[in-house]
Amino acid sequence: MKKVFVVLLSVLCVLTLAGCGKSDNGGGNDTGDGTVTVKLGGSGPLSGDAKVYGEAVRNAAQIAVDEINASDSRIKFDFRMEDDEADGEKAYNAYSTLYDWGMQVSLLTVTSGAGAAVAASYDEDKIFAITPSGSSTALVYTDSKNFKGNFQMCFTDPNQGVASADYLASYFGGYKVAVIYKSDDVYSAGVYEKFTAEAEAKGVSVVYVGAFTDDTSTDFSTQLTAAKDCNANLVYLPIYYQPASLILKQAFDMAYAPIFFGIDGMDGILTLEGFDTSLAEGVYLLTPFAADAEDALTKNFVTTYQNKFGDTPNQFAADAYDCVYAIKQALENMGYDGKMSSEELYDAMIAQFTSMTFDGVTGNNMTWAENGEVSKAPKAVIIIDGVYVSAE
Amino acid sequence: MTFLTYLISGLALGSVYAIIALGYTMVYGIAKMLNFAHGDIIMAGGYAAFYAYTRFGLPAGISILLSILTCTVLGVIIERLAYKPLRQASSLSVLITAIGVSYFLQNSAQLLFGSDTKIFPSILTEGSLRFFDGKLIVSYLTLITILTCIVIMIGLTLFINKTKIGKAMRACAEDKEAAQLMGINIDTTISITFAIGSGLAAIAAILLCSTYPSLSPSLGSMPGIKAFTAAVFGGIGSIPGALLGGILLGIIENLTKAYISTQLSDAIVFAVLIIVLLIKPTGLLGKKENVKV
Amino acid sequence: MKKKFKDLLHHKYRSRTISFALIIGAYVIIEILMHSIRLSRLFTGMLVPCCCYIILALSLNLVVGFSGELSLGHAGFMAIGAFTAIIVSGLSTKMIPDTTIRLVLSILSGSVLSGIMGLLISVPVLKLSGDYLAIVTLAFGQIIKSLITNIYLGFDSDGIQFSFVTNELNLEQGKMLLSGPMGATDTAKISNFSSGILLIVLTLYIIYSLIDSKYGRAIMAARDDRIAAESIGINILRSKTLAFVVSAILAGAAGALYALNYSTLQPAKFDFNTSILALVYVVFGGLGNINGTILATTVLYILPELLRSLQDYRMLIYAIVLIIVMQLGSSVRLKRYIEQIKNRFTKKGVTQ
Repeated sequence: MKKVFVVLLSVLCVLTLAGCGKSDNGGGNDTGDGTVTVKLGGSGPLSGDAKVYGEAVRNAAQIAVDEINASDSRIKFDFRMEDDEADGEKAYNAYSTLYDWGMQVSLLTVTSGAGAAVAASYDEDKIFAITPSGSSTALVYTDSKNFKGNFQMCFTDPNQGVASADYLASYFGGYKVAVIYKSDDVYSAGVYEKFTAEAEAKGVSVVYVGAFTDDTSTDFSTQLTAAKDCNANLVYLPIYYQPASLILKQAFDMAYAPIFFGIDGMDGILTLEGFDTSLAEGVYLLTPFAADAEDALTKNFVTTYQNKFGDTPNQFAADAYDCVYAIKQALENMGYDGKMSSEELYDAMIAQFTSMTFDGVTGNNMTWAENGEVSKAPKAVIIIDGVYVSAE
Repeated sequence: MTFLTYLISGLALGSVYAIIALGYTMVYGIAKMLNFAHGDIIMAGGYAAFYAYTRFGLPAGISILLSILTCTVLGVIIERLAYKPLRQASSLSVLITAIGVSYFLQNSAQLLFGSDTKIFPSILTEGSLRFFDGKLIVSYLTLITILTCIVIMIGLTLFINKTKIGKAMRACAEDKEAAQLMGINIDTTISITFAIGSGLAAIAAILLCSTYPSLSPSLGSMPGIKAFTAAVFGGIGSIPGALLGGILLGIIENLTKAYISTQLSDAIVFAVLIIVLLIKPTGLLGKKENVKV
Repeated sequence: MKKKFKDLLHHKYRSRTISFALIIGAYVIIEILMHSIRLSRLFTGMLVPCCCYIILALSLNLVVGFSGELSLGHAGFMAIGAFTAIIVSGLSTKMIPDTTIRLVLSILSGSVLSGIMGLLISVPVLKLSGDYLAIVTLAFGQIIKSLITNIYLGFDSDGIQFSFVTNELNLEQGKMLLSGPMGATDTAKISNFSSGILLIVLTLYIIYSLIDSKYGRAIMAARDDRIAAESIGINILRSKTLAFVVSAILAGAAGALYALNYSTLQPAKFDFNTSILALVYVVFGGLGNINGTILATTVLYILPELLRSLQDYRMLIYAIVLIIVMQLGSSVRLKRYIEQIKNRFTKKGVTQ
């Protein structure tokens, strides 16, 4: 009896999935009133440890889509975000689900690891994609191949490493630098690797390197004690804000007060619930986005986000918001009318992205290179009295 | 001097592992199950204290009590609903159920409290002792952690050896059927075990979150696995073993990070564990069980 | 020895006939569907990973179900097989242009290396018992993952280059095969559904042969009563080592097939959770029940995908399903109920 039930259940499961393939990725829906709807997809971790990043992207993209759909814009979006648990295999399943749905343009993935697994599929199926936050170069090109239709809204990891080393070389010349990075994290290890190479070339003196992994991401006293022992007076932290908040606390507890220098992953530290912002006093970070910037665009985005979701958007959210608007701009520029085939749309999107300039909340005058990398200015900011202040 | 600093921070980390391991070991000793959801009860305790203290503005003492109460109730409910019906089932079915409970708690926490990290308030104490012109700094928190750990161990040992319920627990651990024949209510005894184990998880949560103040839904999973390792290291089922295992694990982890490699510390810690188990196959203080034919 | 068709349905062989019929039947149906109607991308994309998990679960069932030993680190063997296969396939791309030969070679080398590791690990592991054994397998799983996370390996015109912990490679016009936590990128996808099915059939053949052999009977005797088995002179250690190594070889093959199905793979994929996932499949299917393992793996692998429309509640529902099925499976009342239904059916059969 049980066996029959199990067999039936599995057959049912399989049949539900088999379904029928997608119809066509081409022509959007011409609704008759002159507007045209584009199917926008994307995947990110919506469950599991990395959920916070996936949620930020989904929320911000949804705000952008809602704004656009409510406006008199001719281009409308039908937005769908699938869960990929920040895992390559699940990302491929999420991609397949979106492909079957008929996705025309995509936000690729939120995380690098998952994105690298589907980057080639986007390329093969010729679906244009721009990732808000997948910062590894593996999302846009590999040693042997350039994924023509894959673009990035955030800085690539190597670029951030190089930019930080350059910044330290020119503004913190004589400092002794300690680095603490997360060795089993693609993002952190990627930045660290390029940083070391560039630091060596630029003559930055790195006196200590400490790593941690997912399994040892609570206790940093050893790394901090060692850094203190080496008389490091600047600690470079190419990591996300959650472990960084612990490092700041533990350094304070052991009366170790070097200059802390973070990268874009550090953004978000001030809005951590319960965080004592005085600990972050004097922390430097390189970031393209500051939630308390005064320009109208950022203000509007941040207030809408806060009203709708209750917390302050971080750089993941900001990049996602920009992605949707950049896609809209490209579609408008090419005069998209829903009559193009999927291949024509793909080629037209690439042509637009490699030629246009875009102004968003994460920077002005952004342009994209042929290889998909974005070019925008990283801003160095310093935290004073709990707010970002330009460091230049 | 630096060595001493490493040692003390290792001791603090180890004490937290030890308290979690005590909960693990108690439940294992009596219910003979690996409660993989133990780490997630810690997470629940952390959130309970956080909400009581920061959101509702309750005093520290009451927040801690509330956290202990939440965990105790949660532990008993989980035992009654999920584990009790499986008393006759294979130990693996119970293990998978525990994993299911762990997934359930983590995902519920994500939906209830949001997925972003929250910073745990300094609910216990701040400040530190300084020795040798400030070259050696020991925070009060470290001292409290180590002290609590020792107090709990002594308390538990006395409880198990001197009280009636403790006796019932030992009887259950030895032989459930025989205990039942002696008039011991097995279900109540196991429930009490879970209540105590979960209460300890709440204390561990307060200490863990005070020392490493970041609160997230997956907070408990890694300390959970580490504490499980510590419990086995010391000899699972043995209370002094859990303490010794936890503290040694913390110290080895920190010294490895300090003197060998930060990248490979997990690998080295687990390698040490394997070597110890090869020399003493039932852990440091575990009893050797003779199987009767 | 040739078996007659009638023998295949004999109760002794029935379950294994069903196993092979199930796999081959599923293969034929899916192949026909694939060539007649356009199947959804999700469905076709999940075929190979599903095969991999079936092989992994079967291999774990050999240790947990037949040997009666809890292994919490099987993902480690899968990782060894996976990354060996990636390296072998990457290095031999120019030499062996034929993808089928390269796939076979990669899977072979992946499973051989995993088997060797299994043999080395089995020496300390099988000296222990119960939860001590389980924790040591967990420890080995973590060590393997941690080591692979620190390997940097690439090749260029100067040959193969390797570095550990920090990336010191300076490749000129070369290709990185493994780059630390990033793992492997740009792997040629050469796995396919047919090879997956073939590997499952091979796995089934190996497992059934092992169970039928004198070693298999020794393993099961030792599981059911160790002392009795030892007292009649069965060399338990040798049999258990054999089961453990075969299991490692199969898990390595699963990993190799898996790795070559994706263009990228990170070592973090093979963490504790993956080991646990395989264990969940095995327990769901029933310890020592091979057909159950195959079905349970299929259902549980597909389930989270079917739950996609539930959005954020997806994994919560999955957890609840896990708990409820375990409760139902061991509920005494339910068993009695099923028994009653069964009796009614058989009675009817008699009266008719």
